[in-house]
Amino acid sequence: MNLDVMISYLPLYRDALFLTMRVGWKGVAIAVLIGLIGSAIIHFEIPIARYIVSAYTQLFRNTPLLVQLFFIYFALPKIGICVSPEVCGTWGLGLLGGAYMTETFRSGLDNIPKIQFESAESLGMSRSQMFRYVILPQAVASSIPGLVANVIFLLKETSVFSTISLMDLMFTAKDLIGMYAKTIECLVLLVIFYLIMLLPVSVLGDLLERRLRHAEFGD
Amino acid sequence: MENSLLSIKNLHKEFDRNTILKGINLKLNKGEVIVIIGPSGCGKSTLLRCLNGLEDIQGGEIYLGGKLLQKNAKDISSMRQKIGMVFQSYDLFPHKTVLENILLAPVKVQKRKRAEVEAEAMELLERVGLADRKNDYPRQLSGGQKQRIAIVRALIMHPEVLLLDEITAALDPEMVHEVLQVVLDLAKSGSTMLIVTHEMAFAKAIADRVLFFEHGEIVEESHAPKAFFERPQTERARQFLKSFEY
Repeated sequence: MNLDVMISYLPLYRDALFLTMRVGWKGVAIAVLIGLIGSAIIHFEIPIARYIVSAYTQLFRNTPLLVQLFFIYFALPKIGICVSPEVCGTWGLGLLGGAYMTETFRSGLDNIPKIQFESAESLGMSRSQMFRYVILPQAVASSIPGLVANVIFLLKETSVFSTISLMDLMFTAKDLIGMYAKTIECLVLLVIFYLIMLLPVSVLGDLLERRLRHAEFGD
Repeated sequence: MENSLLSIKNLHKEFDRNTILKGINLKLNKGEVIVIIGPSGCGKSTLLRCLNGLEDIQGGEIYLGGKLLQKNAKDISSMRQKIGMVFQSYDLFPHKTVLENILLAPVKVQKRKRAEVEAEAMELLERVGLADRKNDYPRQLSGGQKQRIAIVRALIMHPEVLLLDEITAALDPEMVHEVLQVVLDLAKSGSTMLIVTHEMAFAKAIADRVLFFEHGEIVEESHAPKAFFERPQTERARQFLKSFEY
C-alpha cells in the first residue's frame, strides 16, 4: 500500500465526500419531510390521499434505487423533463427515503395511545395544534431508532449515484482505479471516507436511542 | 327550560348497530353535581364522551347555556373549552413537564398571556398540593398525582362544566382518597360537574343528584342521594348496589 499515492488522492476524495454528503443530506431532509406528511395522511386516514401515499410507499420500497434513478435520469428526459445528476440523485434518494420514513413515522404515530389524541382534543386543540404540540414530539421520539437506521441506509445508498455520473465517493474510487490501477489504496480510502461520513451519525444515533429507549421523557 | 347550564335532549348513540344510549334526557344546573353510576358497558362513559364531542351521536341535541351545539370544528373547540374532561387513564402529555402540561391549552388554544396563566397554574397546583412538582415529568409522578394534575389542566381552561370519567378507577387504593378530596373541594366551591364513578361512598358524599344507568338508559334518578343509596326504588339499582357489599 503506497501512502504517498493515498495522500495525493485525498483532495479528490474530500471533494467527493462533500458532494456525497450534500446530496445525501438533502435527500434525507426531503425524505423526512415526505415521511412526516405521508405518515400523517395514513394515520389520520385522509380520503383518497391515503391511497396515493400507500401506492407511493409500496412502489418505492419495492423497487431498487438504481431503477428509480434510471427512471428519473434517463426516462424523464424522453417526456421533456431533464434534470442534472445532482438533482436526480437528491430527489431519487428523497423519494426512496420518503417511503421508508413514512412507514417509520407511521409506526411511531400508531404507538401513541389513543388517550393522547383525545385529551388534546378535549382541551379544545385544533388538529394542527394537537399534531404539533402533542403528537409529533412523541411520534418522533419513538421513531428515533428507525429514523437513524433509515438515515444510515440512505447515506450508504448514495453509492449507486456513480451510475448516473454523479462524482460521489464511489464514482471517484472507480474512476481512479480505472485510470491508475491503485486498487487497494483506492478501496481503503473509500472505506475510510464512508466511515468518516457515517460513524458520527451512527454514534450520535446510539446516544439518542439510549436516551429515548423507553420513549419516556425526563430523568 | 333553557336556563339549565347543560341540557341533553333525546340523545341517541349507536355503535356497530348496537344502541349504546337510548334517548337520554338530562338537565344539569349551574353548581350542581350529578353522579352517574351503573354496571360496566351501560353507556355512562359514552355519555360523557358524547358531551365532549369525542363520539358522534346518531340523534338528539346538546345545549350548552341554551345554545345548540353544532358539529363543526370551531364550535367543537369552543365547546370543549367550556366542558372540561378528565379521563380514567393517565392522560398527561409525557414529553412535557407538569407546568407545560397545564399551560399548553390556555396559551395555545385560548391565547391567554403566559405569565397570567402561569400565576393561576401555580395557585391551582398549590390547591392540589403539588406546587413543588411543577418541573417534574409525568413519569416521575404517582398515579394519584397525575390525576390531580389532569384536574388542574382541565380547570385552568375555566370550564363551565367538568366531566370526570372514572378518574380513580386505574389508581391504587391509597391514591384514590387524595384525588377524590380534590373533587370534593371543587364541589364545595360551586363547580358544576358530571361524574362517572364506581366509588359509592364518594358518590353518596358528593352528589346533588344520582343517576343509575343500565343498558343505555336512565333507570333511576334521585335528588336525594343518601336515600337512594339506602333504599333504591328500582329492583335493578338495588341489585347493582348490592354487588358492592361483601
